[in-house]
Amino acid sequence: MEVTRVENVTRVFTIGKVETQALRGISLSIEEGEFTALVGPSGSGKTTLLQLLGCLDQPTGGQVFVKGQDVSRLNRNQRADMRRGTIGFVFQFFALIPTLTAYENIEMPLLLNKHTPTERRDRVMQLLEAVDLADRAHHRPDQMSGGEQQRAAVARALAPHPAIVLADEPTANLDTANGEQVMDIMTRLNQETGVTFVFATHDPRVIKYARRVITLRDGIVA
Amino acid sequence: MIQLYKMAWRDLGRNRRRTFFSMLALAFGVALLVFMDSFIAGEMRDALQLAIKLQSGHLQVRTATYNEDKTSLKWEDLIENPDAVAARIAARPEVQVATPRLYATGIVVAGDTSAGVRVVGIDPDSAASAPFSEGMTSGSYLTADDRGGLLMGRTLADKLKLSSGDKVNLLVNTSNGDVDQQPFVIRGLFSTGTPGYDQNTIFLPLSKAQAIARADNRASIILILLKDQDQTDALAAALQEPAYQIKTYNQMNPLLNEFEQYANAMMYVFYLIVLGITATVIVNTLVMSVFERTREIGILSAMGMRGGRIMAMFFAESSLLAVGGITMGVALGSLISAFVQRYGIFIGDFGVTGIFIGERIYTYLTLKDIITLAIMAFVITLLSAIYPAMVAARLEPVEALHGGK
Ligand SMILES: Nc1ncnc2c1ncn2[C@@H]1O[C@H](COP(=O)(O)OP(=O)(O)OP(=O)(O)O)[C@@H](O)[C@H]1O
Ligand SMILES: [Mg+2]
Repeated sequence: MEVTRVENVTRVFTIGKVETQALRGISLSIEEGEFTALVGPSGSGKTTLLQLLGCLDQPTGGQVFVKGQDVSRLNRNQRADMRRGTIGFVFQFFALIPTLTAYENIEMPLLLNKHTPTERRDRVMQLLEAVDLADRAHHRPDQMSGGEQQRAAVARALAPHPAIVLADEPTANLDTANGEQVMDIMTRLNQETGVTFVFATHDPRVIKYARRVITLRDGIVA
Repeated sequence: MIQLYKMAWRDLGRNRRRTFFSMLALAFGVALLVFMDSFIAGEMRDALQLAIKLQSGHLQVRTATYNEDKTSLKWEDLIENPDAVAARIAARPEVQVATPRLYATGIVVAGDTSAGVRVVGIDPDSAASAPFSEGMTSGSYLTADDRGGLLMGRTLADKLKLSSGDKVNLLVNTSNGDVDQQPFVIRGLFSTGTPGYDQNTIFLPLSKAQAIARADNRASIILILLKDQDQTDALAAALQEPAYQIKTYNQMNPLLNEFEQYANAMMYVFYLIVLGITATVIVNTLVMSVFERTREIGILSAMGMRGGRIMAMFFAESSLLAVGGITMGVALGSLISAFVQRYGIFIGDFGVTGIFIGERIYTYLTLKDIITLAIMAFVITLLSAIYPAMVAARLEPVEALHGGK
């Protein structure tokens, strides 16, 4: 089944009088259970495409569908509703809320999705185990290593059982060992739970984990 | 909801010094207002009690035709056989004391200086005269049968460079329109602690005042003090009869009521000014917090947090600031007010005429005032979060995620 699809999307950024064509007409579809790498040189539009797939941004032209629904022209709150519980994000920077512990960070999307306290506790504990952070549950981000933070971010993205997790260069700020650990965990979760992953990367060591590779060049699929 | 407060709380904890100083600004504002409030309330209360004690009493009985402004001495305007009338009223259980007084206008002449005065004939032994006997600063108090002595306010004596034992000439307007004059010895000086009263008042024993003003056995008013101030209106109704006009302390002190309303209105303006200033501090703190947290806001937004919820986060933060600041402010303000309630502040001669203001002002703090103020400060502090919260909620997630990268 198709999770998300873009049809002939373009995205033009205008800063002052300068127009940048980040995406020049891309059509592609992501199927349930995929483990897909989005590759291409810097500036080729990987981040821009992930943001469109994830309803964070709106296309200049063309259409974006999430679970069959056209989301290209939704307002801010409608897009937030679309993302909530359906789309998980992992960013290049370790995007945890600095004032919350690992446990509370992972719990956050569950609170937004109105899970019961028991559900939340069980789910958070399960995910902490899955990303090997059970002993870091009550640490704040500044008390954790980069690898630990990124694993917590993966756990948080997965917490509300999303249809798809979009990861933008999840290993770019990690050393090889930690990068591999994060990729191993994502692979395992993809296989065990069937959750769809799309990740942008430059790194050949990461690309080799992918079962499908989409290459972008100058805003189009190469 | 709890999570929002948890995050807001920890966020405030992240920058403790800034949080502390924002709360402190609010606290100082609130403390200042609590103090101002209690100061004005205390002043108004004292002014009323002074006016009751020194001049109006709780109630006055006058003849229907008596004109206070003219200090009328015409016989038909005066109460005849006032001791008997007073005794009858004093027999009522709710009455603490009822005493006749005669008012006349006059001039004190001492050497080549003189001053216009209000001559008050009093029963020196009445409990209603206690503020004067207790306020003696030199010399001796009056006796009822004194024929050649008077009491003078110390402020007036200072102005005329007189002291106890000195001789003065007293000119008094009489009931038949003449002026009578007679030398008197200043038996003593009194101070009621109210410069506005002490600078123009002279006391004579009632019988002597009646004699010099040609009032025979008559008085201008019967002054009544009650055991319980709240009985005023009830007794006023009970005493009503066609020959008399009964005045309550509220009717006799209209300026005080006006002044109080005016002071309250001013106080609200002052509230808005002070709280407006503290609000700018809070706005500033929250705007800084928004800018520091743009990426965090982006993360939450990416998770699917709606704009309203993001705004709520900042309202949570400002409500915590408000609770902290207001608590500190009320505590500080109450402490200062309690101190001044006990010891007073010396202000000297305030130079106000028409109402009595003592030399010392004692604050008076009511729970109602504190609650009104706390609610107002809370609402204004919450309102000051609107702008920062809107800035936060309007951030596009994409841009917010770039922020701070
Ligand atoms: N918010 C923006 N405003 C203006 N231009 C932008 C914006 N975001 C991206 N661009 C431009 O769009 C193009 C594509 O950017 P994008 O970030 O998608 O590339 P990328 O493939 O993710 O690159 P990298 O590998 O360096 O992350 C670039 O030329 C970039 O400068
Ligand atoms: Mg990128």
